[in-house]
Amino acid sequence: MTASIASAPDTVQLRADPDTHKLYGGWRIIARKEFGDHVHSVRFVILVVLMALAGLASVHSASGPIRAAASAATDVPSIFLYLFTLSPDRVPAFHEFLAILGPLLGIAFGFDAVNGERSQRTLPRLVAQPIHRDEVINGKFVAGIGAIALALAAVMAVVVSYGMLRLGVGPTINDVVRMIAFFVVAVVYIALWLALAIVLSVVTRRAATAALAGIAIWLVFTLFGGLIAGLVADTVHPVPTTSPTTEQVLANARLELMVRRFSPSQLYDEATGVLLNPARQSTGLIIQDTTSQALPSTLSLSESLVLAWWQVAALVGGVVVMFAAAYALFMQQEVRA
Amino acid sequence: MPPEDDGVALETRDLTKHYGDRTAVDSLNLQIRRGEIFGLLGPNGAGKTTTILMLLGLTEPSSGEARVDGLDPRRDPLSVKRRVGYLPDDVGFYDEMTARANLEYTARLNRLREPDATERTEFLLEQVGLSSVIDRRVRTFSRGMRQRLGLADALIKRPSILILDEPTVNIDPEGVRELLKFVADLRTDEGLTVLLSSHLLHQVETVCDRIGIFVSGRLVGLGTVAELAGALDDDWVFELGVDPGLSATHLAGVVGAVSGVRTVEGDGPGRWMISAGRDVHLELLSAVAAAGGTIDHFVRRGADLDAIYHRYFTGRTDDSEHRVGA
Repeated sequence: MTASIASAPDTVQLRADPDTHKLYGGWRIIARKEFGDHVHSVRFVILVVLMALAGLASVHSASGPIRAAASAATDVPSIFLYLFTLSPDRVPAFHEFLAILGPLLGIAFGFDAVNGERSQRTLPRLVAQPIHRDEVINGKFVAGIGAIALALAAVMAVVVSYGMLRLGVGPTINDVVRMIAFFVVAVVYIALWLALAIVLSVVTRRAATAALAGIAIWLVFTLFGGLIAGLVADTVHPVPTTSPTTEQVLANARLELMVRRFSPSQLYDEATGVLLNPARQSTGLIIQDTTSQALPSTLSLSESLVLAWWQVAALVGGVVVMFAAAYALFMQQEVRA
Repeated sequence: MPPEDDGVALETRDLTKHYGDRTAVDSLNLQIRRGEIFGLLGPNGAGKTTTILMLLGLTEPSSGEARVDGLDPRRDPLSVKRRVGYLPDDVGFYDEMTARANLEYTARLNRLREPDATERTEFLLEQVGLSSVIDRRVRTFSRGMRQRLGLADALIKRPSILILDEPTVNIDPEGVRELLKFVADLRTDEGLTVLLSSHLLHQVETVCDRIGIFVSGRLVGLGTVAELAGALDDDWVFELGVDPGLSATHLAGVVGAVSGVRTVEGDGPGRWMISAGRDVHLELLSAVAAAGGTIDHFVRRGADLDAIYHRYFTGRTDDSEHRVGA
């Protein structure tokens, strides 16, 4: 027993602590612990299995028509990416599945971030260690993003492997780059829900309340988002049932799209739709006219990015705003609630 | 710059905290010397925890200052938290993690490296008698085990100051005795400064060098046990136990009518606490006997700490001339 229980008091220095610089980076210690907790949790396994099954279903149903088409025409660009976007047989495409399940992933890794520490009464002990208080919430946010990225990467690996098996071809370099871009946008989209869940975990006392509130918000956006957008559009720009003019129909559709874009899933749909489909040349309304004028060619990745940039920027902005809210709320809370 | 080393480990100057229009801590002035065991005594809600959180820089004072080894917790929170080991009131752990994992996490947060973190975790768990359950999940721990784990947790960082918030709550008398002996040994062997808060004076009086009595955010008494007791010479407190069959209101009336008696309070069925300005024990006994009461217990609470506690906690908190030793 060589270790002493405490330091001898005569060594205590009163001057500015020369070792304070060694105390930087506490958020990394917290992030590592939280990331480990996430990855070893049952919820992580359940979500990865659920998403992988959904992904396999969609890729399986998409691969049939692709195989048929590929044998007919040899010159189709990026057939591989159609695995993610085709949705025959009423099975949603992979990126559509992710639009629905992604929020659940985000909520799952954030809903008990702060209130969990409170209900276990570990928060006072945690913040009494030599870390800054904001490192708690920063570390938890980073760990959440890490867990989301790992889950998504695992699911995509499963889905892509299965797709390669079914199609008998692998992705081209170009396809890989587009998949990475898709991956990044998907992580940002899910991180937005993570940040929302952390806000809820700060403002609610019980984890169950935060989880329910998060799921309620998710339901409002997925189920009623389109409905609300349609209602707003019909109220402001009503379309007469008999012989509507093109202008009336267009005004209505434009407004509906604008309202829909307040929903993160709409932004995600538009951005990933363009990124995964080089042939898609617009994120906005596609009317017959546009399609006929569009060049029968495909876009390069940078051209696709130009189309999707503001949707991506809006998603990133949403994450920043949401996390800043969680940060500010947490910092002004008392340690002892 | 912090001042010269004046031997003061913890200090507050007019430390005040308001929550809305409630004053949790009111102009607290306290100096705790290095190597001292100081007991902050007061009923629940007196502002003890708030004071501790301000010393640690976890709550902003409304006004006044706190100093830890001369450092301002607001300006140097990390330096302060590095030298202060803190056992919170009702300490919690990550229930799904083992005792070892919980402590090693604290060790990492204090930037202990391997193998130091592991060695220190094992050493401290042995010290607090939890070696045999080191790899068990904390979920299975009893309240007393959690308390000991909390003490080990507070010591991981090799603190020079230890702050224990209500460390004796909800643990059995033997556990209390062991814990306080452990704390006293720490001071003797390592020279730690200890601030402990409690609402049960008799539990901690033996271990504390000095005691501050804290009521409604104000320090109403400060000094050694002897100093605090010495201030009570004019105060007579009696404990009376009578046959509970006697009507309580009747008995209270009879006892209250004895000249010199200040207050009469029920203290459980058939139990009474009577305070008086002079020795009234003969009058009391005959009054109770005349009322038909059978006395089974009668004792003067002399100048012991229960009397101090009783006196300071029962209403006489606004007259500041009762401060002693300050």
